[in-house]
Parts: sequence; C-alpha cells; structure tokens
Amino acid sequence: MPVENVNKCLHCGLCVGSCPQNAIFLNEVRLEFNGDCIECGLCSRICPVGALTPGGK
Amino acid sequence: MDAEYDVVVVGAGPGGSTAARYAAMGGAKTLLIEKRQEIGTHVRCGEGLARGLLDQAKIPIDKVWISAEMDGARIISPGGFSFDVDEAKAGNEVGYVIERDLFDRALAKLAGEAGADIEVKTSATEIIKENGKIVGLKLICKGEPVTVKTKIIIGADGYESQVGRWAGIDTTIQPSDIMTCVQYRLTNIELDPKYTEFYAGSIAPGGYIWVFPKNDNTANVGIGLGAHIVKHGGEPKEYLDRWIANNPKMRNAKQLDMVAGGCSINAPLDSVVCDQVMLVGDAARMIDPMTGGGIAHACLSGMEAGKVAADAIKKGDYSKEFFQTYEKAWRGELEEKLFRNWMAKEKAQHLSDETFDKLISLLAKVGLDNISVINILKAIKEYHPELVKEFEDLL
Repeated sequence: MPVENVNKCLHCGLCVGSCPQNAIFLNEVRLEFNGDCIECGLCSRICPVGALTPGGK
Repeated sequence: MDAEYDVVVVGAGPGGSTAARYAAMGGAKTLLIEKRQEIGTHVRCGEGLARGLLDQAKIPIDKVWISAEMDGARIISPGGFSFDVDEAKAGNEVGYVIERDLFDRALAKLAGEAGADIEVKTSATEIIKENGKIVGLKLICKGEPVTVKTKIIIGADGYESQVGRWAGIDTTIQPSDIMTCVQYRLTNIELDPKYTEFYAGSIAPGGYIWVFPKNDNTANVGIGLGAHIVKHGGEPKEYLDRWIANNPKMRNAKQLDMVAGGCSINAPLDSVVCDQVMLVGDAARMIDPMTGGGIAHACLSGMEAGKVAADAIKKGDYSKEFFQTYEKAWRGELEEKLFRNWMAKEKAQHLSDETFDKLISLLAKVGLDNISVINILKAIKEYHPELVKEFEDLL
C-alpha cells in the first residue's frame, strides 16, 4: 500500500474519496490505509501535491 | 450532546448545516457533527458562488461572507481569445466570491438557531446496526468514544464521504469523473477585480485554471486536471506553478495559502438514499461537472433532505421508499442540468487548443443575449454541430 509523505500531504481527502476500495481513511492528522488496498496506484497518481508513493507495506 | 436523536447530520459544510437547519425547523431532534475543531476551516474551495443558485437554494445573503461582487466571468482560450459572460446577460450564472469559512459558520449558526445541537471535533467512525436496522452511530467526540442513537443519518461528509459507503450506497466514480485540484491564494498580482477568469486548454488538460478575485490584488488561483489524464502525483501543482511562472501579471505574486482537493464531475448517481440514510451535496456527488461548483447544490439538496427527514420523523417512516420524496425533489431541481453538463464536460475534456480558440472566438463574435451553459451549447450547435451531436437531444 502507498506511503504518505506527511510533509507534503495537505489532508485534502482526494485520495480518500477516489479510492475504489475505500481503503484510505483521513483522521485529520494523517492518512491510514487498510488491508483492502489492491495496489491499483490511483491515489498516488492523482494526488495533487505528490504526497503518496506506491508500494510500501 | 444527548444520547438519542431523530436525525444525525455528519459534516457541517453548507449541505450539512442546511440539512440540520431544515430538519430542526421541521421539529426533528437534530445533531450536527463536524470532525474539525473549527467549522469552515481550513477552506478547501475556489469560493465562487452564482447568484441565481443562492436564490434557488434560499440562502439569505449576508455581507459578512461576501468577499467580492463580480460583474462577470471571462473565459480565455489558449490563443488569448476571450469571451465575457456579463452580469447583465447572465445574472444567474455570475455572482460572488465568498469567504467560505464565514459562510459555513453563518449556515451552522442558522442550524443552531433552528434548534439543532452542534458538536465540533467530533467524527463518525461507524454505523451501528441491530437486526439489519441502523440504530445509531459510533463517534469520537473531542477524543472520547461515544455512541449516539438515531433514526436517520444525513451524510454531508463531502468528497471523501464515508457515510454513504458504510450504508451501502454506491458513490464510486471513475477517474474520468474526478478532478484533482490545487489552489494558491496569491496577493500582489495584477487582475481585473470584477471578473472571475477561466483559462481552458492544454495548460490544464481535462480541466481549467481559475482566477477568482478576493480584492484588487489578491485572488484564489487554482487548477483542476482530469484524474484520468494525469500521469503522476503532483502534476496539478506542477502545471499551476508553470502557468503562474509564465504569467507576467503574476511575476510579483506572493502566496498567502495553499489548498488541494478532489472534485467529482460525474453524471448524477442512480441513488443517494437507502433505508434511514440520505446523502447531500458533494457526498452525493452533486457538483456541476462543467463549472465544478458545488456549494449551492449542497445547500439545495441539504434543504430538501432536511425537510424530508423532519417529515419522515413525524410519519415514523425512514425507509428508502419514503426518501424517494427527497430523490424527486433534488433531481427535479438539478438532474437535467447535471446530466447535460456532464455530457458537455466529456466533450470539453478532449478539445484541442485550436478548437478552444475557434469556439471562444466564435462565442465572442456571436454574442448571446442570455448566457448560460445551455445557451452557449446551443450557439455551438449552430456553428459546430459535430461538437455537440452526442447530446443534441438535451439542447
């Protein structure tokens, strides 16, 4: 699952609302990813500020 | 906060506050929760609001939240042709640039005055069900886990909506129906303080760049790109930075803030309700796919959902069938426009710079007496029927 760069993330929620698996949760401080992530890479590709990198664990 | 309510509204943006206001006005015991510590901040919005939509959504105008009044909107093609949508010709589509934080707080105040309880720094984390029926919500209120009983939940939790997904309403949208956006508030720039500006073409693939004035040298300058077109993370920011750097009017620009966000630009969803749950505003994916505007649609749908919720409590019927009254009400106001503008957006996302130049210079030349998205499309139909042939039935 993706890795968040907390220094870049603006907590905008774009990845949360776009995730086809609903595998991302925004708790106002940082993003949390759950086991439903299928590594589709959408969130990393569409992040407006480049705060997500695919392929962590 | 009490232990039991008739209606819990999740999210205190324009849609949620309006829903809570109308539910409370209709006599329902209502709770409005907001996950942030301050209603209205941080602002994640271009802050443009059309005048006609304010009337349609019955939002009382208050000078407190008006940042600047516009004379018109200006659409600018890649080759520099521009087309003005003036107030006199398009009163309803032109309007204000607002202070969203103050606007949101004013609407929450109206909800509170109508009798709704409000809790900030309170997130919903789970819907509680017993025997297949919703009985309440799990919340984290100021750090403490609490449960609250409720008969109806109104999901007003924005683009990243969880309520709909928890309840089993399909709110998934395709990448081609998602805009990925970033915006700076820039000061010390040259601008026309009476016009919102929209720049189309390859400077913003699948979307546009906007300049919405806040005063005579400050504006919200943002970009939205089609999520199916971007190739890597951070592209919206790269495109916007490049455009600003190449724009002589912005050579001395200083940043006051930066926000990002997602914007849905889909055709209307099949259903935004299920037993005991209604979705409103961005959570129900009701943003205008052509303009990206969602504030007034949120207020309008919030008003309809709030009224139906109060009525449902009086009648003791919280079923999906009963909530069709809400579906009918919001669709009656918005569905046709949303669908037509979605078709137009599908087309506009793939126009070349040359075609934009041709269209915008054409519109500037023809002039229209009564400008709206539909009249612009009708004019295009007359001169370039090939561009609108897939949806000419709607024109």
